[in-house]
Amino acid sequence: MSVDYSKVHEVVIVGSGPAGYTAAVYTARAQLNPILYEGSVTAGGALMNTTEVENFPGFEHGIMGPDLMDQMRKQSLRFGAALVTDDIVSMNLEGEIKELTDGMGNTIRAKSVILAMGSAYKELGLENEKRLSGRGVSWCATCDGFFFREQLIAVAGGGDSAMEEANFLTKFATKVVIIHRREELRASKIMAERAKNNPKIEFMFNTQIVDVLGEEKMTGLKLKNTKTGEESVKDFTGLFVAIGHLPRSELVKGQVTTNSEGYVEVEGRSTKTNIRGVFACGDLVDHTYRQAITAAGSGCQAALDAERFLAGH
Amino acid sequence: MATEKVTAANFNEVVLKSTTPVLVDFWAEWCGPCRAVAPILEEISNEYAGKIKIVKLNTDEEGSVAMKYGISSIPTMNLFVGGEVVKSIVGARPKPAIVRELSEYIG
Repeated sequence: MSVDYSKVHEVVIVGSGPAGYTAAVYTARAQLNPILYEGSVTAGGALMNTTEVENFPGFEHGIMGPDLMDQMRKQSLRFGAALVTDDIVSMNLEGEIKELTDGMGNTIRAKSVILAMGSAYKELGLENEKRLSGRGVSWCATCDGFFFREQLIAVAGGGDSAMEEANFLTKFATKVVIIHRREELRASKIMAERAKNNPKIEFMFNTQIVDVLGEEKMTGLKLKNTKTGEESVKDFTGLFVAIGHLPRSELVKGQVTTNSEGYVEVEGRSTKTNIRGVFACGDLVDHTYRQAITAAGSGCQAALDAERFLAGH
Repeated sequence: MATEKVTAANFNEVVLKSTTPVLVDFWAEWCGPCRAVAPILEEISNEYAGKIKIVKLNTDEEGSVAMKYGISSIPTMNLFVGGEVVKSIVGARPKPAIVRELSEYIG
């Protein structure tokens, strides 16, 4: 898709999960000719690495995450949104005309910007976790589960994503052990029950991972009981990290107000940031609900907020 | 030059005996990030034709090769020079990041 860099556009959307695509559908239908930067390798967002989405309304029998995103993408195209498969690498959001630079070095100008960059996987923060990434340590069960056939795998985390990964991994693994720092799971009832009822899944509560062991390949984990402080070493050949997410707000830090965890702050129930003409939606803002449907909903709000802002401009 | 497909049968010939550096993209059909990075590799392969060869190895079809190189995440892009792995890039990255990783070999 070629973009006219000489003119000032009405709205540029950065990010392409449910929030970004929904914002594109709405702003395109409002004839605002949105330009959406999908990201060079992150197009579609977090749902691209999931399997079945069972709770998105309108799909009685569920839909695969990548298919849902493909549908949203096509829907935005149908109304004339311009989609660019590139990253935005810097933004200057102050002033009437916002300037964004993409990975190719082009500068695009717009009267309004919708931020929908989503979130990235949180890491345990261990030195050997990085070193052994791709050598046993993984963040994507649907991508990598296949390589762990007949192996003993650990999943770190206690939320819905940890349960989903663990359940998925039992298709391949001999056994999956969910390692969680706390006493109780954070996951929804249905997901927790499913994991608990899976004969291949075991749980280790009150357990913290303190080191990932192995030279060329991961061979085990050093664990610490958070109650007794007792340390132990357990053999595992795989570790899937699903301990949560971090908002991708680095690009706008210092310009747009963020909270202590990096989430972009918005005004009341709106999607307005502290900068006029800049709106934020999806996982970039939401640390509470974090669902495909809530992200899509806030993408719609951002589009309507931008539309009203432009009308009064 | 576009990316070409490599198999266990021609791996030795195409990759290990190559006189130019070869980047092997270990990928599979069902892997979203692999599909995302594919067009980027295609572009790099065209832009740096003659300096680097980029080949694709399907881990579903050629599991033995993937296992030999200890692949446990895809996409993994291993750079072979003189038959040895000199660099391993794990996970899809934007084009400038991949070019940067390869810079000392394609400069």
